[in-house]
Parts: sequence; structure tokens; C-alpha cells
Amino acid sequence: MAIQTKIVSRPELNLWEKLYIPQVVQGIEITAGHFFRNLSLHILHRFGLLRHLRAAVTLQWPEEWRPLAPRSRTRHRLTKREDGSPRCVACMMCETVCPARCIYIQAEEHPDPNIEKRPKSFVIDLGKCVYCGFCVEACPEDAIRMDTQILDIAAYSREGMVLDMQELLNPKSARILSTK
Amino acid sequence: MIATIFIQAILAGIVLFSVISFAALHTWLERKQSAVMQDRIGANRASIFGVRALGLFHPIADAIKMFMKEDYIPPFGDRFLHTLAPFLSMTFALVAFAAMPFGDILKMGDLEIPLQVAPINVGLLYIFAMMSMGVYGVILAGFSSNSNYAFLGGLRASSQMLAYEITLGATILGIVMIYGTLDLQEIARRQGDLLWGWFPKWGFFVQPLGLFLFLVAGIAETKRIPYDIPEGESEIVGYFVEYSGMKFGMFYFTDFLETILIACLTTVLFFGGWQVPYLNRAGFYFPWVEGGNIPVILIPHTMVVLLQVSAFVVKVCFFCWLFMTIRWTLPRFRYDQLMRLGWKIVFPLSLVNLLATAAVLLL
Repeated sequence: MAIQTKIVSRPELNLWEKLYIPQVVQGIEITAGHFFRNLSLHILHRFGLLRHLRAAVTLQWPEEWRPLAPRSRTRHRLTKREDGSPRCVACMMCETVCPARCIYIQAEEHPDPNIEKRPKSFVIDLGKCVYCGFCVEACPEDAIRMDTQILDIAAYSREGMVLDMQELLNPKSARILSTK
Repeated sequence: MIATIFIQAILAGIVLFSVISFAALHTWLERKQSAVMQDRIGANRASIFGVRALGLFHPIADAIKMFMKEDYIPPFGDRFLHTLAPFLSMTFALVAFAAMPFGDILKMGDLEIPLQVAPINVGLLYIFAMMSMGVYGVILAGFSSNSNYAFLGGLRASSQMLAYEITLGATILGIVMIYGTLDLQEIARRQGDLLWGWFPKWGFFVQPLGLFLFLVAGIAETKRIPYDIPEGESEIVGYFVEYSGMKFGMFYFTDFLETILIACLTTVLFFGGWQVPYLNRAGFYFPWVEGGNIPVILIPHTMVVLLQVSAFVVKVCFFCWLFMTIRWTLPRFRYDQLMRLGWKIVFPLSLVNLLATAAVLLL
């Protein structure tokens, strides 16, 4: 098969563009236009006017957070029953499906005879987690979700990245959840 | 005699202080203006007790950082010249401001103080001499660092500055011919004359091509984008590649000082210096009204001087803004483009301007 090529011709500058100066003036017009527009908006914002027009695209992190999509996968949490105990029934589906093998569950007998098991400990090592969301997909009880909107996960040691059940049930600094 | 020396010292102090603070403010201006032009906010995190003041503390933070940094002298370089170069660079840039008139004569009792640190009658030549001496700082920095990149940067800087200095000189000759003096104070004063009885005879009107060429060559003289071949961050980093700490800061500072110097020169030569249109020593006058030069609105002397000085400052600020806008708008020239522009376009044009001015004056 013959190789199909498309020859893209170089744009030819006309005399007006070759003169350089008009183009420079045009460029300065653009930048100066942005300058005066943004500067006047900044000044108006100081007086509380025209707040809906943004003068800069900058988000002043960490005071100002970039809004996350509701479906974006963030730090895990374990959902609770109405009495506050975890919904998890320790079926080990998430632990089995996890490609990073970062979930460790120990099961124990549930006092309620209608429910077979409950987790004795439920640990996620965030240092290993790849945020694939398979655990959420696999869970038959809707017991694990990745909707805390927590992205600022950091620790001084590897142990610090390991979250136990207490932490997963009560996610700290859950900004989005607390406002809901 | 002692009183004169005292007054001169005060004047020099005022000029030095304001020029240095304005140059320090330029680092803030550079950050903020570029940010606003590019829809950003710019550095605003330096704070004292939580007060941010629009990022105005960043120059102070910069200075502290530069003083704390290691002062490194390359082991095979020339110790003495390496240390001397930034001082030369900055001194000559600062000293040039001595001949800059920033106001007319201020009368205090019997004293008549010309608002110019050094009232030299060849002020223009003096400033150009000092600007040319600035090349020494640059080329010594490149030479004494014993680094190929620095050396190349130094060579580029000196060839560029020489090329554009000639243009700069040829350009202002038009102004010198029209006003017939090399004294900057006198040039500023004569721009208060009126053309056709009503239009202020400012330099930009009688020398439009001269102004344009002066701006082109003047920005080249400051070694900032689009003429930052000597520094060229993306290719050779430049003549100060081996400098650190405050010595690097001084080179950086020199660039800002030269920007202000060119802004001042443009103001004095082409935009009337401290002249306010239709303001003479007693007050505002309206030449198109019957009775010509007699002031209609009388203003006390101190107010007149204050108006003139602030007019000068406003004009200088405008040109600093313009230079900053140009610096953040245009990409850098290639080295051959720079030389072609300098020698084949700008320099011949300045000669044409010179000849045309001479012919018009002769007729």
C-alpha cells in the first residue's frame, strides 16, 4: 500500500506581517488589553463589584480548592448501618479483586444471627492502592465507597499510609461530606 | 560652599534612594504585571504577621534570600575581576542618573536649587559614557568566570551593546540638533516652547522616527527580552552563569536600573522631561486665548515644582510599564536576527533620520 502523504505548506508572510512592527503593536494590544481588563477587574473586586467575572484563572490553593467531579475516585470510606456499625460483611470480595493487594480483612462472627460475619479489622494500605475503584465495584453490600473527596493524602512514614477501620469509618477532613 | 555641597548631597541621596527603591519595586512590578497580563495572580505569599500587601514583601524576601546564599567564586576564575564585575555594572548604571533632570529650578528663599544632581552642560554625553562603561561589567563577568557559557554571553552582550549604542547615539543627534544643546536640563526646558503658537514642542512630535528608533535601541541596551541574547536562559544562560547570591542579584538589579534609565532618557528627550503642558513657572496659561503667555491660573512656586516632578515620575512610570509590557509580549530574537536588525535596519534608519533632520533644519 502506498504511503499517503499530505504536504503542508509553510504559511507565507505577506508584506504587512514581514514589516514586523504592526505585528508587534498587535501583540502589545492583546497583552495590554488583558492587563487593563484584569487590573480593573481586580480593583472592582476589592470593592465587591463584578464578582462573577474572574480576573485570573488562578485557584489560590490551599484556601481555594478545585471543584472535583462527583464521580472522581478519592480516598476510601466504609459506610455504616443505622446503628453505626460497618455495613461490611467481610465477604473478602474487595480483598480478592484488589489488583494492588492493599486491602487486609480479618473476619469474625457477627452477634446478630441474621448476619453471618463482620470485619474484625479492615485495613487499607494507601501506599499500595492504585485507586482503580474495583473494590467499590465488587462490594455486594455498598459497604466501601471512594467518594470522600480527600486528595491530600500524605504521611511521614509508610505506616502512616495504612488506614485502619476506625479511620475508614470516620474519614477526617472530609470537606465535601461535611458540607452536604 | 558648604551649603551647596550639603544640598547636592541631599539631592544625590534623594535620587539614589528613589532610583534604588524603584528598581527593587521593579521585581514586584515584573511579577505582578506579567501575572495580570497572563490572567494569573502572581506572587502574593510573602507576609509579615499575616499581612500580604499584594506581594510587596517579595522584594524583601528576595534580598534576604540573596544575602543568605553561598557566594561562589569559580576556582579557576579570576577572583578579583569576578568580584569587581557586578560592582562595576551597577555603579555605572547608578551614576548615570546624576545628570538626569527631574524638575526645574526650586527656589527656597535666596537659594536656587536646580533639580538635577549634577548640572553638567554635556549631560547627554556623560550619560552615554556611563552606559557604555556598563559593558565592562558585563564583559569582565564573562571573562573572569572561566566558563565558556559565561564567556559567550559576555561576548554577545558586548557586541550587542556596541551595535545598539551606535544607533542610540545617532538617534539622539536629531534631538540635539533641534534643541541645539547637550545639556539635558536645557533640552527639557526647550521642550516647553510652542509650535505654531499652541502645540508643546516635545521631542516625540518633532522626531517621531527618532523616538521609535530610540525605543528599539534603548530596549536592546537594557539586555531584556526581546533582546536578551546575552542572558538567553534556554541556550547559554549568559554572562552571569557563574554568579550566585547578591552578586547575581546586582546583575539582575542592573537590568532594572538600565530599564529605568532608558525610561528616564525617553522622557527627558522625547516627552518633555518634567514639562507639564501649558504650565510655566507661575501657573497655567492658554496660548490660544488673547494675551498669550500670561498665566491664567496662578499656582504657588512649590506647587509648580511638585507638579513638574510628579509629571516626570508619571512619565517614567508609563515607560517602565511599556517596557515591561514589551518584555512580556515578544519572543526573543535569534542572534543573527538581532545583528541584522541592529546593523542593517535600525542603524541606517537612524542615519536617514539624522540627514532628514539636518535637511529640514537647514531649509
